[in-house]
Amino acid sequence: MTLPGFPDATPLAGLGGGILIGLAAALMLLGVGRIAGVSGIASRATGISDSSLRKSSAWIFLLGLPFGALVVIAAIDRLEPSFANPMLLAVAGLLVGAGTRLGSGCTSGHGVCGMSRLSPRSLVATATFMAFGIATVATMNALGLKVLP
Amino acid sequence: MISRNLPILLSGVLFGAGLTLGGMTDPARVRGFLNLFGDWDPTLAFVMGGAVIVMAIAWQLQPKLARPIFADTFALPSRRDLTPRLIGGSALFGIGWGVAGLCPGPGIAALVIEPISAAIFVAAMLAGMFLIRLTEGNA
Repeated sequence: MTLPGFPDATPLAGLGGGILIGLAAALMLLGVGRIAGVSGIASRATGISDSSLRKSSAWIFLLGLPFGALVVIAAIDRLEPSFANPMLLAVAGLLVGAGTRLGSGCTSGHGVCGMSRLSPRSLVATATFMAFGIATVATMNALGLKVLP
Repeated sequence: MISRNLPILLSGVLFGAGLTLGGMTDPARVRGFLNLFGDWDPTLAFVMGGAVIVMAIAWQLQPKLARPIFADTFALPSRRDLTPRLIGGSALFGIGWGVAGLCPGPGIAALVIEPISAAIFVAAMLAGMFLIRLTEGNA
């Protein structure tokens, strides 16, 4: 299925992926009593932050992420995605790491878990990172900076 | 111990599968979504929408449970204050997200898609997190 006017969009795969993410977060909430926030879990696993989540549990969640990716790659044919050059990846990674620590969360914790709870902090955080993400892409495009081949 | 970690592992696997199926591990797809003023790709709105709808239902069920199914207590955030730190941090995150089209979950999931690129991103991300811990002395 395609969206009229958006030939490159894959709305069904998007919706299916979103539902899987929602189920994953719901399992964390109702099963384990926690927010499935990847930036927080990553900083817990590496000892950068402390929380009542066991370190081993944090690692187990993180290991699940690439494992789930492998399952999807094995199940469906898709084009190899291309990534930014190492310099840009490093700059972006630094900003993402520092920003999610200062902002107490990322797309998963604020965008999925917090927004669906109507948490005021998450609504503001999500509106902010979306706005700055959009502004960054618009600015780079206006300057003619090509990130992906 | 193992039984407690099993739902966490399953959650991680479902999460990684959803990110990959939805297109979040493809930087071109993410930057296409953020390219609102250009050749916009709305796919990620469906990812976000699907995830938020499922989680909104879960939040309705949560108060009905005395305790989580596989754990003793809920450990959920309760802060409601809007601070410059929250907004400034989210702004930095948004810029980084826009630059490379990767956020934390997809960056980690992509370790099996394009290992070297993803490893550079994840290493830098952890360095950024560590930097904040160093400058603030807390977490």
